[in-house]
Amino acid sequence: MSEFLLLLLSTALVNNVVLIKFLGLCPVMGVSKSVDSAFGMGLATTFVITLAAGASWMLDNWMLQPLGLGYLRILTFILVIAAVVQFTEMFIKKSSPGLYQSLGIYLPLITTNCAVLGVALLNVEQKFSLFKSLLYGFGSALGFTIVLLIFAGLRERIALARVPAAFAGAPISFVTISLLALAFMGFSGLNV
Amino acid sequence: MIAAILSLTLLGAALGIILGVANKFLQVEGNPLVDELIAMMPGSNCGQCGFPGCSGAAAAIADGTAAPTCCPPGGKSLATAIAAKLGLTVDLSAMSDDGPKIAMVSEELCIGCCRCSKVCPTDAIIGAAKQVHNVFREACTGCSSCIEKCPTEALVMKPVPVTLQHWVMPKPAAA
Repeated sequence: MSEFLLLLLSTALVNNVVLIKFLGLCPVMGVSKSVDSAFGMGLATTFVITLAAGASWMLDNWMLQPLGLGYLRILTFILVIAAVVQFTEMFIKKSSPGLYQSLGIYLPLITTNCAVLGVALLNVEQKFSLFKSLLYGFGSALGFTIVLLIFAGLRERIALARVPAAFAGAPISFVTISLLALAFMGFSGLNV
Repeated sequence: MIAAILSLTLLGAALGIILGVANKFLQVEGNPLVDELIAMMPGSNCGQCGFPGCSGAAAAIADGTAAPTCCPPGGKSLATAIAAKLGLTVDLSAMSDDGPKIAMVSEELCIGCCRCSKVCPTDAIIGAAKQVHNVFREACTGCSSCIEKCPTEALVMKPVPVTLQHWVMPKPAAA
């Protein structure tokens, strides 16, 4: 049990997918203007990453490896991820039109979010079991959501602050997220 | 080789079927009236109505929260067309519409700064930097977003000039 808890902690905080592995930076910069849409994006990405991690594990272990088709891995994973994203998009459009409006173009862009493919490929590389790869995907997505929420909160405060003209807009966001990355490096002292 | 082709084909087909079934169950019905209204609007998303774009204005007109007269570039002709479509009666007297207008460049004032062509939603303004600009009459929708950008007031809204293509013989005076 503690092994699984440690895996979750290590993927969410210590090896954070955004701030330590630098995957999935596009939505972090793009959808972090308000906490509400950041939360929605985090939930959608969590759903996609977890589902894609499980589906890609099954495909890799039950189809690609027995047939010796390891070279088709990226192609297959992208296919699965695209299908999962399409499904998520339909689901959100049906269940929450407001969220669908606020996510806008970033929802289909989850397909090309490198965190999703990255997690699926890292799962294969580390030869996890099915449950562990699901946990790995969920932990990574949790880390992604945490960073997205913290960053959106910071940006909401920055929008009200007096920022020097040279730093206004994107520059101050990059400075903020690099400071956040430095802060997250502190988690590597946890030694898990 | 065969295994690769077969497995990817099977995977694609299976995912396609799943998505097709999901699409059937998760279908969202859009309002067909809004789509028809969007097709009638100028479509340049100039924002003079106060909505984010023509689709926003069309949705508001369809719910009844906005009047059919809210589109300045569309003018009286669009307002009457929308009113006829929705079965409404509109008060056209409030619209100061003296015929369709398009933007024109006064050549002696234009300094070729290109500020107008950057804001034009229909790319109707041509002219390189430091060259006198001109307006494509066929492309201009008369949204007048370029007027306030012009530093020398070289752009003015003028009634559409009568050309050979759209001159009509005036109706004979009633006896």
